[in-house]
Amino acid sequence: MKFLSVALLVLKKDFAIEMRSYEIFSTTLFFAVACVAIFSFAFVKEGQAEVDAAAGILWIAIAFAGTLALGRTFERERYGETLKALLLAPAPRPAIYLGKLLGIITLLFVMEILLVPMVAFLFNAAFFSRPELLIALLGLGTIGYAAVGTLFAAMLVRARTRDVMLPILLYPITIPVIIAGVRGTSALLTSPVDEAVAMLWIGMLAFFDVVFVTLSLWTFEPLMTE
Amino acid sequence: MPSDARSGADGRPSASFDFDHIDISDVSRHFGRRKAVARVSLSLRAGDILGLLGPNGAGKSTLLGMLATLVAPTSGAITYGGATAAIGGAPLRGRIGVLAHELHLYPELTARQNLAFFARLHGLSDEELVTRALESAGLGDRGDDQVSSFSRGMRQRLALERALLHRPRLVLLDEPFTGLDDNAVRIVAERITLIAAQGAMVVLATHDLDVADGLITRMAVVRGGRLLSDNVASAGVRQQYRAWVESA
Repeated sequence: MKFLSVALLVLKKDFAIEMRSYEIFSTTLFFAVACVAIFSFAFVKEGQAEVDAAAGILWIAIAFAGTLALGRTFERERYGETLKALLLAPAPRPAIYLGKLLGIITLLFVMEILLVPMVAFLFNAAFFSRPELLIALLGLGTIGYAAVGTLFAAMLVRARTRDVMLPILLYPITIPVIIAGVRGTSALLTSPVDEAVAMLWIGMLAFFDVVFVTLSLWTFEPLMTE
Repeated sequence: MPSDARSGADGRPSASFDFDHIDISDVSRHFGRRKAVARVSLSLRAGDILGLLGPNGAGKSTLLGMLATLVAPTSGAITYGGATAAIGGAPLRGRIGVLAHELHLYPELTARQNLAFFARLHGLSDEELVTRALESAGLGDRGDDQVSSFSRGMRQRLALERALLHRPRLVLLDEPFTGLDDNAVRIVAERITLIAAQGAMVVLATHDLDVADGLITRMAVVRGGRLLSDNVASAGVRQQYRAWVESA
């Protein structure tokens, strides 16, 4: 079966399961919204927030909610050991990784569509002065974060300490992505927008994405064989 | 049916990869210092129904995992018509069907969606195939119900059909009779006999020796990761099993 067909089949299956309950989407979104709301009480004083706070809080919410989504997505595959069934199929195993990755990315994108206006409103942040740059930063940052997260979450499916191990493994490796996302987003909040700095971090994120996605596709099969 | 793996131009097996025998040669699998399987040698031929018998922790599931290509042996080799799992790759996996203790089903999806998903994953998209599988599982009228609403026995029957959808050459069954009533046990046993008669090799790990009696054609007894016996099964599987385990 063709590589992309398998990836899309896995994505479609994950989408069909999520549409039955909205369980992962609702818990992830609730967690992210709660995170942003709590930070807004700490950082917004008399309607004014720290200039760069919005960028950091947006990315913290994405990273934390992303970890939750990764854990829950693979918990579903663990329940009936369906990940083993996927690995047993005569399909390219990296395509299965890609399908799971696309599902996580889609979920996080939808969450970000709702989260960004909320952060912009609560922190009075001018995210939308250059929407194309914001979309590039969020898109590339989300792909890089999810690429590593999907690989680690799949590896840890059989581990008893997976809930503890996932953030311990994930955050140190994705710190460059988070930093690039925060610095790039901060550059959008200056007046006028610091386009050169934003483009520099977008370039960095694109580089991280290429490295992380390539390495993950390459290592998925050997890592998933006991 | 060819006796050896068919190779494509690049040396890897072609999409029509097939085999009619499996050789397990001196295979061991260690998890850290624990020897789950120790120097097991066995061979399987088309039509065999091998009963893999042994107490809990004997190494049956690890052996099934290695046959399924999910667990790599620490030493020794398993060859499928001459090809190892590394050489066989995806086409080899397409000839293996597994019913594990965990059923490899998505409880949120309907029975039909589960079967259709796994059929497509095997490159099959025949709606009729899914309908026939539902009928074989005795779930013709429950195809559009979520699997989470099924009893253990219904899930077990559905999982067996999922494992057999792509007409595998090697069928690995781990406790397939769990949760089944007497009638369902009879139906599943008949199904196993039929697929073996059609040329499949069946490896059946079970503690249900009464059902195994008369069903399996060979019995391999394992204990502590070691193979104690590999004999043609005759009537009185329980007595033979007891004799081997108690004498070990």
